[in-house]
Amino acid sequence: MLKAKYKTGLVFFPAFDWAIDPTHPEREERLLYTQDQVFEEGLFDVDGILEFKPDLVNLKDVQRVHFCIPDVWSVTTESHLISAGGAKTIGMAVLDKKVERGFALVRPPGHHAMRVVHGARGFCNINIEAIMIEFLRRVYPVNRVAVVDTDCHHGDGTQDIYWHDPDTLFISLHQDGRTLYPGTGFTREQGGPNAFGTTVNIPLPPYTGDEGFLRVIENIVLPILEDFKPDLIVNSAGQDNHFSDPLTNMNFSAQGYGKLTEMLKPDIAVLEGGYSIEGALPYMNVGIILAMAGIDYSKVREPDYTPERTRQKPGITAYIDELCPQVLDNWRKKESLGRDLCRGKEFIERRRTIFYDTDNIMEEQHETIRVCTRCGGALRIDTRSSARGRVLAVNIPRKACDSCKETGYRWYEEGARDTFGSVLLQDRPRDTYLAKKKTGAD
Amino acid sequence: MIIGLDVGGTHTDVVLLGSPGLLNAVKVHTDAANLFDTVLKGLDAVMKGIDPSEIERIVLSTTLTTNAVIQSKVPEVGLIVSGGPGIDPEFFRIGSHYYPVSGSIDHRGREVDPIQADEILRISKKMRQEGILNVGVVSKFSVRNPAHELEIFSLMKGSFDSVFLGHRVSGGLSFPRRIATTYLNAAVYPLHRDFFSAVEKSLRQKGLNVPIRILKADGGNMSFGASIDFPMQTILSGPAASIMGAIAFAPRDSETLVLDVGGTTTDMAVLINGAPLVNPVGINVGPYQTLVRSLETHSIGMGGDSEVRVENGEIRIGPERKGPAMAYDGPVPTPTDALFVLGKNTGGDREKSARGFEPIAGALGMSVEGAAKKVFDLASGTILLAAGEMIRRINAKPVYTVHEMLEGHQVRPGTVLVLGGPAVQFAECFREISDFEVSVVPRWAVANAIGAGLARTTSEVVLFADTERGMAVSPGENYRENISRNFSKKDAVELACSLLREKALKRGANPDYLEMEVVEDLEFNMVRNFSTTGKNIRVKVQVKPGLIRGHQTMLANLAATEQGGVHHVKG
Repeated sequence: MLKAKYKTGLVFFPAFDWAIDPTHPEREERLLYTQDQVFEEGLFDVDGILEFKPDLVNLKDVQRVHFCIPDVWSVTTESHLISAGGAKTIGMAVLDKKVERGFALVRPPGHHAMRVVHGARGFCNINIEAIMIEFLRRVYPVNRVAVVDTDCHHGDGTQDIYWHDPDTLFISLHQDGRTLYPGTGFTREQGGPNAFGTTVNIPLPPYTGDEGFLRVIENIVLPILEDFKPDLIVNSAGQDNHFSDPLTNMNFSAQGYGKLTEMLKPDIAVLEGGYSIEGALPYMNVGIILAMAGIDYSKVREPDYTPERTRQKPGITAYIDELCPQVLDNWRKKESLGRDLCRGKEFIERRRTIFYDTDNIMEEQHETIRVCTRCGGALRIDTRSSARGRVLAVNIPRKACDSCKETGYRWYEEGARDTFGSVLLQDRPRDTYLAKKKTGAD
Repeated sequence: MIIGLDVGGTHTDVVLLGSPGLLNAVKVHTDAANLFDTVLKGLDAVMKGIDPSEIERIVLSTTLTTNAVIQSKVPEVGLIVSGGPGIDPEFFRIGSHYYPVSGSIDHRGREVDPIQADEILRISKKMRQEGILNVGVVSKFSVRNPAHELEIFSLMKGSFDSVFLGHRVSGGLSFPRRIATTYLNAAVYPLHRDFFSAVEKSLRQKGLNVPIRILKADGGNMSFGASIDFPMQTILSGPAASIMGAIAFAPRDSETLVLDVGGTTTDMAVLINGAPLVNPVGINVGPYQTLVRSLETHSIGMGGDSEVRVENGEIRIGPERKGPAMAYDGPVPTPTDALFVLGKNTGGDREKSARGFEPIAGALGMSVEGAAKKVFDLASGTILLAAGEMIRRINAKPVYTVHEMLEGHQVRPGTVLVLGGPAVQFAECFREISDFEVSVVPRWAVANAIGAGLARTTSEVVLFADTERGMAVSPGENYRENISRNFSKKDAVELACSLLREKALKRGANPDYLEMEVVEDLEFNMVRNFSTTGKNIRVKVQVKPGLIRGHQTMLANLAATEQGGVHHVKG
């Protein structure tokens, strides 16, 4: 009888009746063959693997993380609420100790969804990991969280949400942004002034194979995790770095993914991208589930696998060997570099243009963070988009100090309704969300 | 006239049904060591004075295969399994004649690695030398493409008494369950064949020439002839018999909880508008998880004869049965004894029950009557709690579409139907301690045998179509056909229904009352490189479990007539 070494929870929600559009990669068929493989391997019958029905997240769960413009209902579908709900269900199962580890095999994905949401970007509308994490932080004694994003695309949404949060370590391994959407995730992107260094980007050259990925895990990710000492490790388990993925150019395999999972030991894994729906996902997901449960995955293999397909050129190995010490050096110097950034400043601003490729929307952001050594800092975002007009969004972080609370409320009160279509406030210490609108009953 | 027979652990119930209702009902002692005698004795008793030519239907539910599997009294079986990449098939080993072999088929039914003929021939020879008579052949994804199982079969043809192929035993996905199910079919095959051949022969000698039918775990039946290829489907039919018995009396327009309170266990199930829920995966038999279709039932070790004791000041009931109640000279006090103490039971020795309850009352520091009341309330409460847990589990079953997630039906039964030996007394207690509308199944003592007699013939067909590959397969039905690119979900459902009709008739169904329903119909556009290349269609259709049609008068009379008339046949 097959028995899991680690009791593992699964939420499987393939959303067989939902697609971005009929021929889009994010379509009904995406997890069909994964379902076939998972069922045929009998994984749900393994002693110690439990399947849970996903919960739906509610408005509050979404508003704890996002400023949805004009509102949550306009930028989500039920499918997004179930997908995020699946992550939440797994998070609860782990923290309630129903299981030791959990994997939310859900779609649609979420790691390109940023704090402000005007629409869909990179097939993502709301950030399912962040919604889960902030729910867990609200309900359970969870403070320090590490998100390790192994999707082939840079997890720019998760990075944005945790850019100013010193209690969340965000590490992303991805194909170099010069060669792939969304074009970000360079080593110099290390987090905002109050959380400098807790964003760690590891861009990998195209055609990196199992060897390169695992070397990065061993030489960068594990030492940093060891140092950060998270209460919870979350893996954004995108599977598009597979050698057969149609949208990317990497050489990762199911065996490699099993090994990665075994080394990383995530408490919670959440499926992100992965569009080689026949040749990769069925095998990678089986590999991940087995590795999470501590069951032998050594015989999991894709039909078209050959060792040559995942072998990387020596130049790539050399590149990675140079990258590792550089990233670790950044990590070690993060406090002093962060102090340098803040020195003598009360506020730090940045202006960005954000493109929503899926919905074809252009957003202009002007962000102001209050420099603070006691908390993540009050955050003011002046945002406008072609589709949704201009909005002022204010975030008072979870563990805000009194000065940042005060600043946040001042920004909110000052937000003039003739300038902004609406003025929004996330008051995380009180777990409330306030909105002033131009018209209506506010 | 119809005969229904249900072999239970202690008693075997047999009924004779006709348009006036219940014509005769007998209970005979079950001799587990000689089920053949038990069955014949029961049939003889119920047919006393009846012209055998008047019997038009005879349905048997037995514990034959269940007992053999649970007590491991089955012959050794050879298993050839072809898994390909994935979980090591060694994890699913059953017995010492288990041979993982090469060959691999992927999720769409495409061959990845071929079968090696010399490997099969070598294993086949070895098994023959070791005296193996029955063999199972299973390959991963054989329900998508049975080619490898068929190839292995043709390599071994004529070498064994029986060869069971994985794709024929069920259309469901799960390689480990397919291995277990195929193994069990091969393992119980000789026993099943010999037993029912002997029963049929004896009946023929008595002038009873209708083919016998055997009840299945899904609450339907199949003819003995059809069951030869699928003997495992007849396993664990006991709980199904009771549920089918309750269906005759269940409301057609609401949700009902059925509780069959026996001596050792209570079996429970949910009926929705008079139809039982079918377990979507398969039944568990002893240590084996199978693909055998069954009703969604739950069983707990709590019944009229469960052992009652006090541990650390707390009452404990069950899960063991040490013997009959003390009122009937049993060894330990039971809930049935509690009923005697409370004056709610007759026919046994109340004094013995009361003596049995004295130490319990002492340990609890209350009167004997008080303790008896407490014990009986606890027994009833435990059953209702377990039923609540079963309903919670049914509602917590994962669904895979947004539609089902949002519109998904939640089961909330308002009525309870009770049957089994102590049905009347338990029903009274359920009524007291819950908000359910509780009633007792008419003919509660033999409702299981009535259920067996009136259950219709069921079957199921799974069809898989892939227009990109241009094929439709229903491996369970030995069906494979080339299809055009325009083949649609509607075509698939029609095709599956015609295969189902054929299968059901072969199994003995009444062609005039085939209630077919679509259990699943999924259609996916297959998109490669941003353009649609085909459709992937999955269809599952079934003949719903239910009662045979055309016996309305009988049913009405069954419900109307008085209780009683059950003859206990001694000896």
